[in-house]
Amino acid sequence: MKVTDDSGRRIKVWELVLRYTLLLAVLALTVGPFLWQLSTSLKGPTENIYTSPPQFLPGEPTLHNYERVADTIPVWDYALNSVKVATANVVTNCVGAALAGYALARLRYRGRRAATLAFILAMLVPVEGIIIAQFTTMRDLGLNNTLIAVVLPGCIGAMNVLLMRNAFLNLPYEIEEAAFVDGANVWQRFTRIALPSVKGTLAVVAIFAFMGAWDDFLWPLIVLSDPSKFTLTIGLNYLHGTFANDERLVAAGTVIAVAPLIALFACLQRYFFRGVGEGAVKG
Amino acid sequence: MATASRVRRQLPVSPWLFAAPGLLVIGAFVLYPFVSTLINAFTDRRTLIEGEFVGLANFRELLHDDMFWIGLRNSTLYVLGVVPALVVLPLLLALLVQKNIPGIAFFRSAFYTPVVASIVVVGLIWVWLLDERGLVNAVLETIGVGRVGFLSDQWLLLLSAMAVTVWKGLGYYMIIYLAALANVPRELHEAAAVDGAGAVRRFLTVTVPAVRSTMVLVGALSSVAAFKVFSEVYLMAGPSGGPAGEDTTLVMLVQRTGTGLTGRVGYASAISVVVFVITVALMLLVLRADRRSET
Repeated sequence: MKVTDDSGRRIKVWELVLRYTLLLAVLALTVGPFLWQLSTSLKGPTENIYTSPPQFLPGEPTLHNYERVADTIPVWDYALNSVKVATANVVTNCVGAALAGYALARLRYRGRRAATLAFILAMLVPVEGIIIAQFTTMRDLGLNNTLIAVVLPGCIGAMNVLLMRNAFLNLPYEIEEAAFVDGANVWQRFTRIALPSVKGTLAVVAIFAFMGAWDDFLWPLIVLSDPSKFTLTIGLNYLHGTFANDERLVAAGTVIAVAPLIALFACLQRYFFRGVGEGAVKG
Repeated sequence: MATASRVRRQLPVSPWLFAAPGLLVIGAFVLYPFVSTLINAFTDRRTLIEGEFVGLANFRELLHDDMFWIGLRNSTLYVLGVVPALVVLPLLLALLVQKNIPGIAFFRSAFYTPVVASIVVVGLIWVWLLDERGLVNAVLETIGVGRVGFLSDQWLLLLSAMAVTVWKGLGYYMIIYLAALANVPRELHEAAAVDGAGAVRRFLTVTVPAVRSTMVLVGALSSVAAFKVFSEVYLMAGPSGGPAGEDTTLVMLVQRTGTGLTGRVGYASAISVVVFVITVALMLLVLRADRRSET
């Protein structure tokens, strides 16, 4: 097989061998830990998981640990809570950021610069620094220990608003002008013309909203105290803290928590990578 | 522009209706908490008690609080340990996956997997890997090095947490570097190669100068994130921050001090203000270092 580089030159065999060796080494380092976790979660109760040298494949693979983790903590309820929180976060961010982004990009009014500045400032505030004040705010609203409180602070992210604003700014004005001439009002121009043209950015916002809510740890840890309301991440931390001695159980729990996101990533990689580029430039 | 000005015409309230939900949310849950953190820092407010203005008392107390200094030390060490690794390693990784050889898309995606996983999942995976009886120690024992107490020694714990942060961040910054590398003109490399420059020379004289501004960006992003570290250390060292709390970071201290029914909101806010100030300072420092090395 002849392998060429971008400029059409042939890559030397030794260079290819070196490249693939390095790639495989990094692969083992990045994906290996996940596979080891999966393997641990499939090992039976009588199997020794502490062998040295280590045993990489389960001797008698079993799903028993997944049943047991559900007996120990209500892991499926936690998963459902995570689904609720993540779904709500996706919907509010997509709708809220698209609306606000459109207002910042396309509508003319007094105070537009101030509104834009407010979103930029909000983006720069480090969440970790205001978490206690967010907690007291939620307490004042009587929302502590609810899933609503988990969603609210990030339900329309300032960064998402600015991402949508830039996407709308990059659309050509002429199409909307034409629609205006045809008598379309603001709402019609927004939903029928502008919004369908920024689907890509909207998908990025949706994915990062889902991932952010599904993976979040510090905020739900602070705002949720009742174990029946936990999301998966907090539930896992609870499982780890309370039943730390059974690694098979913790492993099964982590696999349940990470599998949906890996599946999502496998299907929608394009948008994940695109989001990194767009987010980094703004961040 | 005649037609453009007609597009501008609309109901006077509609822009505010569009922007209202977003403004309401960031106002109530970001900007207001930010201002109230600044105010609370000068009060003795607790979770259930409103508190009174106490001037600089919280900050004076910080000066004599051993835990605060431990937190400041650990968060600072975290920046020093993590940032150089996150500036250099993802760049090397990006160079490795840049060339379009068969199967490279798979490798790029696979290297990104740790970014997608929750920090809790990642933390627990590594707690198990680095366990006294875990995989890493089993391997170390097999090759004759013997077992290492990664999660019991104060310094090894901090180092292990840093390694986990780097491990999780590699793929993210790799993608940022890939975008930057795509803009490096190929002719530069070819010219250098014609001049007889080896791979290392070309890396230092062509690649690094070309992606320098991206390196600064990565430095700024990763140093701010590293200073605010919470989850990795919380999961690996435990809620109380390892042996005698010696692995506590500043954000862990904020969380521990300010939450719960007896939480000292005022004092935790004062620590938060320190976190703000240092975060902003770090960003300015990185950007200034960039400007200086440019001239």
